[in-house]
Amino acid sequence: MGMKSDIKLIDDNGLRIDGRLPNQLRPIKMEVGVLKRADGSAYIEWGGNKIIAAVYGPHEAYPKHVQEAEKAIVRARYSMAPFSVDERKRPGPDRRAVELSKVISEALESVIFVERYPRTSIDVYIEVLQADAGTRVAGITVASLALADAGIPMRDLIVGCAAGKVDDVVVLDLNKEEDNYGQADVPMAILPRSKEIALLQMDGDMTYEELTTAMEMAMEAAGKIHKMQVEALKRKYVNMEVNGNE
Amino acid sequence: MEGKVGIRKIVVPGEEIDEKGKPGNGVFVENGKLYSAYLGIVDVRAGYVNVIPLSGCYVPKKGDKVIGKIVDLAPMNWVVDINAPYYAPLHVNDVPWRVDFGDTGRFLSIGDVILAKVSNVNEMGQVWITLKDQGLRKLEGGHIIKISPFKVPRVIGKGGSMIQMLKDYTGCRIYVGQNGVIWISGPPEGIITVIKAIRMIESEAHTYGLTDRVKEFLEESRGDNDGNEE
Repeated sequence: MGMKSDIKLIDDNGLRIDGRLPNQLRPIKMEVGVLKRADGSAYIEWGGNKIIAAVYGPHEAYPKHVQEAEKAIVRARYSMAPFSVDERKRPGPDRRAVELSKVISEALESVIFVERYPRTSIDVYIEVLQADAGTRVAGITVASLALADAGIPMRDLIVGCAAGKVDDVVVLDLNKEEDNYGQADVPMAILPRSKEIALLQMDGDMTYEELTTAMEMAMEAAGKIHKMQVEALKRKYVNMEVNGNE
Repeated sequence: MEGKVGIRKIVVPGEEIDEKGKPGNGVFVENGKLYSAYLGIVDVRAGYVNVIPLSGCYVPKKGDKVIGKIVDLAPMNWVVDINAPYYAPLHVNDVPWRVDFGDTGRFLSIGDVILAKVSNVNEMGQVWITLKDQGLRKLEGGHIIKISPFKVPRVIGKGGSMIQMLKDYTGCRIYVGQNGVIWISGPPEGIITVIKAIRMIESEAHTYGLTDRVKEFLEESRGDNDGNEE
């Protein structure tokens, strides 16, 4: 963010560097139930992002002092593979991963019926295999699929989507160049049914009007992503029907 | 249409359910509308709208018969893994034997499998189990497999029809715990057939006409086994 460059991120026709319109998402592909041993799992390809999520639990939380007597705790771990970025990333949690793990845990906790499983923990592992901007929102999107696959009761699915400002234009779903050389990035997590916001961060600066537009854009895109999520979840079982016919 | 398999309606968390009725299990109400809490199938029964989850962990209920594995010993109790979010203690007063203090290992040791009953559950999620009831005992030998606890009713079938069919065709003894743990004992070919059949039931639990397909499968595999023996 905020790096100076003379790259033109928006061309004269109003198209972005990868040929998208300002309110267009990158191509998204989702798959549910990719891991056999996890209780629930999902995989997403969102533009250049490749992220896998696994869910374990609910199981008794250890060490005992982290247990909460009347609800489950949600422990998400966001981690980036060393090979996920241009220059090798040192493995292990860093400042950024710890922050993202915390905000993702809190966003996910807001949709889970945590009070149904007292004293337990629900562990969510989000592994970024390849990063191309917007990994936290893609991570939230895929984590919610993995939670649904694990049979964890939820109020709603949760959709992550980012918007931002590039060359003074408000755009949806920034890619790596736009993220690095643009002016602002606003990752959001949205509950698609009630349109509630479970996560809102902002890096860079925007005016109030620009932020409102960005949020509206993300809200609209959340509906589309939600449809893909529903389709991905149902596809797992429809495919089985086909197998049953053979 | 031949070979056509019906599929029950699948809902995802937060999806509105347009069936009329009182909210049952797996369903929550917001602004007078019903929504699903799970990825599951809709089931309307006796005026209640339920969503049966397609996956998930076992939540113990009082009176359930479960199959558990001893994971730890203590002077006055055993600790049993019943495939639930929490381990369950089995107190020496809840077994049919007279156990001296500190002598628990003589009766059940780590790794033993028992058929037990959930005697109590409290709102904190703590579970107590008992062996003091008819038919409850230690299970010796046999094979253990695990399925999703929500598919247990399908493995048992209407009035036990499915499980009876499995027993009749293979000559195996089978116990199905409400927690999704299944204990099978019998001839090796029989066990293999039962496991295959249960895996088939598990993956097609949300379709119609399952019993007939399982029957077909059992007929086939019986044919195979006979052929091999001759």
